[in-house]
Amino acid sequence: MSFKFTNERMKNVEELLTHYPADHKQAALLPILWEVQYQEGWISKEAMVEVARICGCTPAHVQEVVTFYTMYNQEPPAKYHLQVCRNICCWLRGAGETTQYLEEKLGIKPGEMTEDRKFKLSEVECLAACGGGPMMQVNDDYQLNLTRESIDKLLKDLK
Amino acid sequence: MEPILTKRFAVSNAATIDGYMATGGYSTLSKLFTMTPAQVIDEVKASGLRGRGGAGFPAGVKWGFVPKTTGKPIYLCVNADEGEPGTFKDRELMTKDPHALLEGIIITCYALESHTAYIYIRGEMFQELQILQRAIDEAYAKGFLGNKVAGHDFKLDVYMHRGAGAYICGEETALIESLEGKKGQPRIKPPFPAVVGVFGCPTVVNNVETLMAVPYIIEKGAAEYAKIGVGKSTGTKLFSVSGHINKPGNYEIPLGLPFSEFLEKQCGGVWKGRKLKAVIMGGSSVPILTAEEAMKVNLDYESLGAAGTMLGSGGMVIMDDQTCMVTALKILGDFYHHESCGQCTPCREGTGWIQKVLARVVRGEVRPGDCDLLLSVATNMQGRTICVFSDALAMPVKSYIQKFRHEFEDAGKLGLRKGQQIQTWE
Repeated sequence: MSFKFTNERMKNVEELLTHYPADHKQAALLPILWEVQYQEGWISKEAMVEVARICGCTPAHVQEVVTFYTMYNQEPPAKYHLQVCRNICCWLRGAGETTQYLEEKLGIKPGEMTEDRKFKLSEVECLAACGGGPMMQVNDDYQLNLTRESIDKLLKDLK
Repeated sequence: MEPILTKRFAVSNAATIDGYMATGGYSTLSKLFTMTPAQVIDEVKASGLRGRGGAGFPAGVKWGFVPKTTGKPIYLCVNADEGEPGTFKDRELMTKDPHALLEGIIITCYALESHTAYIYIRGEMFQELQILQRAIDEAYAKGFLGNKVAGHDFKLDVYMHRGAGAYICGEETALIESLEGKKGQPRIKPPFPAVVGVFGCPTVVNNVETLMAVPYIIEKGAAEYAKIGVGKSTGTKLFSVSGHINKPGNYEIPLGLPFSEFLEKQCGGVWKGRKLKAVIMGGSSVPILTAEEAMKVNLDYESLGAAGTMLGSGGMVIMDDQTCMVTALKILGDFYHHESCGQCTPCREGTGWIQKVLARVVRGEVRPGDCDLLLSVATNMQGRTICVFSDALAMPVKSYIQKFRHEFEDAGKLGLRKGQQIQTWE
C-alpha cells in the first residue's frame, strides 16, 4: 500500500511550505500531517515516509510526532468519533453519567469501536467548553449541555 | 464598566470584516502608524497589561526583552492553545471577534518590528480555526495584512498553525517546539524565547486575550486602561465560570471585583440552592480555596496571591457542598498524568504515582499514611522540572489534602466509586 497526495492536496502542501523559512521545512510537519488525515482519515506508515521526504526529516521523527499528539489517527477511524470530556468541570455536571449512558446505548466501552465501525467512544481531556458541560466532540463539532434526550436525538441524526 | 474584550459579543456580524469595521474595527491603525515601535511598547508597559494566559507577566516588559539589532527576523506566536481545565474564554473571543485579535496582532508586530505571526490554535478547535482563517483572508483582501499594512510601509504575514492534541503545547517553549515540527516538550530557560525562540530567532508568545486588549490601549491610551482595575492588576479580565453555577459562561469584569459579589450578582449563585464548598479560581492548576476563603477574596492578581492561590487563566470552577473532593482531585491526577510530556522524571513518575494512589483511594482502598504519601510525592515534584507543569499538579494535591484531609482519610468508609458520588445529571 503506497501513499500519494491528490493534486489538490499537494497544492495545499506546497502552500504550507511557504509559511515557514526555507531552511525550516520541518515546521510544516504538523500541518502536512493534517493534510494526510484530511485526505485519508488516518496516517499510515507509508504516509509517514512520504511526509518525511517532503519535510526533509526522518520517518522515525515523523512517527515520533504522530504518536506524541493525540489527534492523529494511527488506524482507520470510525465514521463518528464521540469524544466525551471527562475533566473536572464536565464531571461536576455529569460527565460520568454521560459516558455511562453512551456505553449503554452503543454497547462499547471508551476506547472501543462498534463492529460496523460507525461509532468510536473515547473519554478525552478538557476541550475548553467547560461552560457547556457535560459536552463531547463529535468529529469536528462540539455538542454542549448534553442530556439523555439530546444524545438520543444526536445518535439518531448521525446516519 | 465599559466592556473592552466583549464589546462586540452582541454584534451578530462582528466576525465579518464589514461588521467589525462598522463598529470601529481597524481604526486604531491610523494612530498606530504615527507612533514609533518604542512608543507602542512604552504605552503597553504603562498600561500595566499582564499576560492573560496564566503567568500574569507584564506584556510590555516581555516585548521590551526582544533584541532588535541581531539581524534575525522577529516572530510573534499567538497562543491559542487554550486547554487549562476550566478555561474557555479564548475560544469565545476568537469565535465572536476574530478581527480584534488580528488588529491586536498588527499592533504588536509593529511594536516588535516583526513581519511574521503564527496563530498556534489547539487542534480540537477546528471551527475556530476556520473562522480565523476566514478573517485572515478578509484582512489580506482589504489590505490590513500583506506587503503594505493599511497602506503603510509595513509588511506583515499571519498564518494559522493547527496543533494536534497536547495540553503541554500551551507552555510557550513547548509551543515553539511544536511549531518547529517536533514533540511539544518544553525547553530549558534561559535562553528565553525573547532572545532564542522559534527557528533560533527572537520570539514573543502572547495569549489571545492579552493581544485583544492591546487595540483599546492604543486607541484610548495607557492611562485610560490603567484607570480600570486595582493596583498592579489593571484593566478587565475574562473569567470563565463553570461547574455548579446557575449561569455558566464568560464574564468580563474589572480586576479587583469581590468574588462574593461576582458569584451572586453576575453568575446567579450556586445551582440548586446549594451551599458553596470550594472554588478553583484560575484554572485547574492553582491551589483550591474553601468557600470561607473564597468569600474574602477580590478577583485580582494580588488579592488571590495573598490568599495562597493564583488568578491564572481565569478559569473559575464552582463546587457545591455535595462535591467529593477525593474524586475531584483524582480527575486532576488522571489529567496531569495523561498530559505529562514525559521529559522530566519527577513529573513523569510523580504524576503517575499520584494518579495511581488517588485511583486506589477512590476505589475505597485507603491505607494509613496515604495523605502523607501524596504530600511527599507532591513536594518532590515541585521546582524540580524544566517547566511548571509538574507544580501544576503538586499545588492542587497539597491544597486539596490540606483543606479537605478528612475526606481523603474517610474515603474507605464512604466506599467511593467513580461517577457515583454525585448524581448531577438530570
